Amino acid sequence: MSQKVLLNAKELNIILHRLACQLIENHNDFSNTVLIGLQPRGKFLANRLAEILRTNYKIKNIKLGHLDITFYRDDFRRGEKILEANTTEIDFIVEDKNIVFIDDVLYTGRSIRAALTAIQSFGRPNEIELLTLIDRRFSRHLPIQPNYRGRQVDAINEEKVKVNWVENEGEDSVYLINS
Amino acid sequence: MSELSVNHLLGIKYLNKKDIQLIFETADHFKEVINRPIKKVPSLRDITIANLFFENSTRTKLSFELAEKRLSADVINFSASQSSVKKGETLIDTVNNILSMKVDMVVMRHPKPGAGVFLSKHVNASIINAGDGAHEHPTQALLDSYSIRERLGDVKGKNVVIVGDILHSRVALSNIYALQLQGANVMVCGPKTLLPKYIKELGVKVETNLRKALNWCDVANMLRVQNERMDISYFPSTREYTQQYGVNKALLNSLDKEITIMHPGPINRGVEITSDVADSDQAIILDQVQNGVAVRMAVIYLLASKIKH
Repeated sequence: MSQKVLLNAKELNIILHRLACQLIENHNDFSNTVLIGLQPRGKFLANRLAEILRTNYKIKNIKLGHLDITFYRDDFRRGEKILEANTTEIDFIVEDKNIVFIDDVLYTGRSIRAALTAIQSFGRPNEIELLTLIDRRFSRHLPIQPNYRGRQVDAINEEKVKVNWVENEGEDSVYLINS
Repeated sequence: MSELSVNHLLGIKYLNKKDIQLIFETADHFKEVINRPIKKVPSLRDITIANLFFENSTRTKLSFELAEKRLSADVINFSASQSSVKKGETLIDTVNNILSMKVDMVVMRHPKPGAGVFLSKHVNASIINAGDGAHEHPTQALLDSYSIRERLGDVKGKNVVIVGDILHSRVALSNIYALQLQGANVMVCGPKTLLPKYIKELGVKVETNLRKALNWCDVANMLRVQNERMDISYFPSTREYTQQYGVNKALLNSLDKEITIMHPGPINRGVEITSDVADSDQAIILDQVQNGVAVRMAVIYLLASKIKH
């Protein structure tokens, strides 16, 4: 197994700030916008972006939730892996809101498809955008593209992109792993 | 990765502690789902489930059907009173006929103990026992434990007394297995005639005095007297049973502590439990019903995930 550093902590931090600024450009004071991190891995990115928006850019009313898509996935009973559910925390109304889905890696697009279905159980949002830290090009199974992307990566199917966070893995970094 | 150790839910006897934990953690997620504006998830849209009820049931059948529909499964219902069973068809033939219509899972209630186990050995589908005679009623025991966990934080170390007609109760046996597996202390309380002869072999405490039992416990699970299963008289009169084994507000107020009251339903108000107790904050009877749907969703989801595509 070999691995290559795609982003180190400093580069990751610069990208997070850029993404935060891009969100501000489109959503101003976030009065009608909600951020939703997709479980399990998008949660860390969503938490981090919300924190940057609050402390560095003084945006007070950030509404942040986490959405679990396990029961909406299209590969139930189709893989060797048993799907494990995570918690969903959406303590606000999504009806008529502008939603930003946040996930760490966009690959086939199937998780986002599931999230689009899942969020409908909570109401009818005004619009939904997608923010992703890593966009793996040329690997989509569905016509889904991000509105905000941190870094575009060309990786072959055998390779894996792993995003690490200080709060979970002990360091901020993104690796391309070849197994 | 976690999955159930069994392919059928035939009884709590066949489960281990990890299975129960997994079912409860999954049920937590489904409880959140059924409190959303849209209470349905698409997970089981390619699964068909047959509910076979060879014995009357209202809430268990409704609860299973709702759980199946909330998971987007296709559901067919069957009750013995309207079926070919009356025309002499055997259980295996009945079920195989239904399975040949491409059914993946069977939820069955049957008056004979062991009917689920028997079926699981002879047909090719995942079986959930929804009550087999006076033997087991595993989903009821799971939702009872889940409700205790929700109310008191944990089941481990809690004192739980099951009061009433233990002899004819499948809820009692499943509850004893489930509670013991999770480390609770279990007592049964009722008139001697309604306690099975070898009940102590199960490692439970036995008490015939209700006040002593209630003073000992954190949770009292009140069972209904199953008159329909009694071919002889087990106690002199309903009035005498109520005086000895009925729970009323005055009795609860005279205890040293506040205990939690459960009832699997249907309630005979004024017999094993008075209305002011059943409707009080101490009773979690309606929570049990709500949790029943979430727990059954968890069981069906986890068993369905083991059916090969």
